[in-house]
Amino acid sequence: MMLRLEPRGERAALWVYGAPALALVCTVLITGAIFAILGAPPVKAIETFLLSPLDTLAGVASVLVRSAPLILIGIGLALCYRASVWNIGADGQFTVGAITGGGIALNFPHAPFALLYPAVLVAGIAGGMAYAAIVALLKLRFNASEILTSLMLTYIAQLLLVWLVTGPWRDPHGFGFPQSAMFPDAATTPDVFPGTGIHLGCLLAPLLALLVWLLMTRSTLGFQLRVLGAAPRAARYGGFSQARLTWIALLVSGGLSGLAGIIEVTGPIGQLTTSITPGYGFTAVIVAFLGRLHPVGVIFAGLLLALSYRGGDAAQISLGMPNAVTGIFQGILLFCLLGADVLILYRVRLRRRARLAPVAATERAS
Amino acid sequence: MAGDREVAFEAEAPAGREPGTGPLLSLAGIVKQFPGCRANDGIDLEIAEHEIHALLGENGAGKSTLVKILYGVLRADEGEIRWRGRPVAFSSPAAARERGIGMVFQHFSLFDSLTVAENIALGLDQPESRRGLGNRIAEISARYGLPLDPHRVVHDLSVGERQRIEIMRCLLQNPKLLIMDEPTSVLTPQEVERLFATLRRLAAEGCAILYISHKLEEVRALCSRATILRLGRVVGRCAPAEKSARELAEMMINARLQPQNFAHRAAREQPARLEIAGLSQRSAHTFGTTLTDISLRVAGGEIVGIAGIAGNGQAELMETLTGEQLSPQAETIRLDGAAVGRLGPRERRRRGGAFLPEERNGHGAVGTMSLAENAYLSGAVRKGLQRLGFVDRGRTREFALEIIAGFDVRTTGPDAEARALSGGNLQKFLVGREVLQNPGILVLNQPTWGVDAGAAAAIYTAIAALARAGAAVLVISQDLDEILMLCDRIAVLAAGRLSAPMPVGEATIEHIGLLMGGSAAPSPARDAQAAQGGTAR
Repeated sequence: MMLRLEPRGERAALWVYGAPALALVCTVLITGAIFAILGAPPVKAIETFLLSPLDTLAGVASVLVRSAPLILIGIGLALCYRASVWNIGADGQFTVGAITGGGIALNFPHAPFALLYPAVLVAGIAGGMAYAAIVALLKLRFNASEILTSLMLTYIAQLLLVWLVTGPWRDPHGFGFPQSAMFPDAATTPDVFPGTGIHLGCLLAPLLALLVWLLMTRSTLGFQLRVLGAAPRAARYGGFSQARLTWIALLVSGGLSGLAGIIEVTGPIGQLTTSITPGYGFTAVIVAFLGRLHPVGVIFAGLLLALSYRGGDAAQISLGMPNAVTGIFQGILLFCLLGADVLILYRVRLRRRARLAPVAATERAS
Repeated sequence: MAGDREVAFEAEAPAGREPGTGPLLSLAGIVKQFPGCRANDGIDLEIAEHEIHALLGENGAGKSTLVKILYGVLRADEGEIRWRGRPVAFSSPAAARERGIGMVFQHFSLFDSLTVAENIALGLDQPESRRGLGNRIAEISARYGLPLDPHRVVHDLSVGERQRIEIMRCLLQNPKLLIMDEPTSVLTPQEVERLFATLRRLAAEGCAILYISHKLEEVRALCSRATILRLGRVVGRCAPAEKSARELAEMMINARLQPQNFAHRAAREQPARLEIAGLSQRSAHTFGTTLTDISLRVAGGEIVGIAGIAGNGQAELMETLTGEQLSPQAETIRLDGAAVGRLGPRERRRRGGAFLPEERNGHGAVGTMSLAENAYLSGAVRKGLQRLGFVDRGRTREFALEIIAGFDVRTTGPDAEARALSGGNLQKFLVGREVLQNPGILVLNQPTWGVDAGAAAAIYTAIAALARAGAAVLVISQDLDEILMLCDRIAVLAAGRLSAPMPVGEATIEHIGLLMGGSAAPSPARDAQAAQGGTAR
């Protein structure tokens, strides 16, 4: 007996949505096995990892807070990937958004909230856009792969941040720690429910997801982006400029990443430090694909991946697991998802090795 | 078709059917059900050794499904396949090849940058030594009249030569049955003759041939028996030579065909609606053809055909006309007098242009999108399907429904994905999409490529009606019969140069064939690449 993949000849609608579920199940099984190898009882470990964060209100709130940047970045990436523009550098755009917005916040400490906070957000969005614009320029002017350029720019952004918070923007009263001064209250993302930590970004993320969904499904621009992604020659035939659409895709996703960055530093973090992102920009790639590149799917995927961050913390605290379990869980999830996605276009057949099987045997197999 | 060969074939055919031996292959009650469509509904088919058997039918009649079942690509839900009297089921093409069934597909799968011998070696199920293979290629070349130089690189070869590689691949497996899917649609008349000689030779030596075609005259000249399919059932069997082409076509589509004469001799004094003047352009593609000094005027009410073998600049000319590729000077292309050479597709549509490229999936249409969305793709500008930056979904749907109804597109509705439609159906939809925009100038590239007779007739009727209403129509086609039947004037594109157009009535097949081969082209020195390489189809 052996397993064989047969092309279906069409996309199986069931598996477009079934694949993420199957991937999740496989991921839980594999992660459980790894827990067992590390010496933890697998069922208890999985429970700690995936369910315990939701036991308390504070835990739920913290998952929501973690999900905001993932969703904001994820919807931008979903839009990009729909148009076959492979922006991998959202983490860098996130960082630059935090820097540009944070710069405004640090330089105008006495401005009123109504003026300063919007200005900080706009500066964050603009920073992310500008950083993504470099990618667009290199791609369209020099035909450089956006996968490489966007990824490499991420490291530059991180080094820029480190230089700023250890150099010119270091808090003079911060005992030499590599971090900026705390942002003024007028540049702090307000909580929606005071005291919970659930901030404006947690509300903004799903709203923007709906907006992007509307853009993609109803607007002429969304149509053009989808045609470009599905069939670039048809886009040219339709008269849609590939350059214009590539610019738009990168600017929108860069802007959303920048927004996520500035909300994160003006909200939960409150200042610029050397580590403002635990790889949100990369995790959001998983979020985008797990959410089927659909803005609403991205909301759910964002929540799940946020849970994995929180679960990693919980596993570390109560089971003494290494911090890396979060990354392992996310990696296995992406791996399983890519594997399960094969089922969309192929069906798995169990069949005998013999090539010239008689009628009866082959018919049973089908 | 060479008459003496036909005689020779008829003399050989009876010798093949030795009394007492059963058929080589028999299919009984083959059923294949797809969601929403019974593609094969109890098909019986028998092929004898030595026989050239035609499989005729409209697109969607179930020909490709049946052949795929036979070749092990699909599996039948019901029914029995007997090979030399013994029941078999082919679970894969490799299994079918092992039994001695070979297939030459309509679209070739060759690597452009590799040599003939390398391509053949890659296609073999069992690896073979280079030298042994070279010898066998040479031997088969000589025996069947398939001249092939094993050391040439594929991108330098003509389509006819590429087809020979595919045939060679099959013959190396010593097939007992060779399936040919629409083999002549890309060949010059001279190449068709040569192919037929090879096929007759093969049949005479004992290899049966299942020949799928919609070119009825060819079937009449080549095939000894025909099985005709309609809507998944066998609707007739006959000896095609005893029937007229019209009788065969009527069996296929179950309707009496109106005698058609589309040519309508437009008054040529009318002002030109489409004007190409001194267009020279390098191709944007690596192996593309450079267009050289192309000039042509198409008047309102006129249909002009551009004949020629693919890869001679058709794709480049089409891209320059649609505006996907901008021309160097605005004045080289005029639509109703307006210089549009520097304008993109949307601007050209606004000025009365409508275009349909050759490739349906991925160029003229997006396979993964719905018919409504595909209607919007090129119809948005002229049909006013956008409103304030949003897609007007109501009107887009209406437009799609209008096309579906007006062009008898068989589908579940405007929400069906484009790739779920058969080739002929999708092409009807796309032609309908362009025609119903009521353009002043319509340019089509290979409008009936891979399309059955019924759908082709519908497409011709629509094009002719549009021209009669005053539009200028330019048809780029490899199908000479199509141009001769549909067009008022014909010009030939060879190696990126366009011959002077002549009235169809004054053109002879021989002359056109020579122009297509480039022998009568004015260019003194053609480099082989420009002449034949072309963009890979």
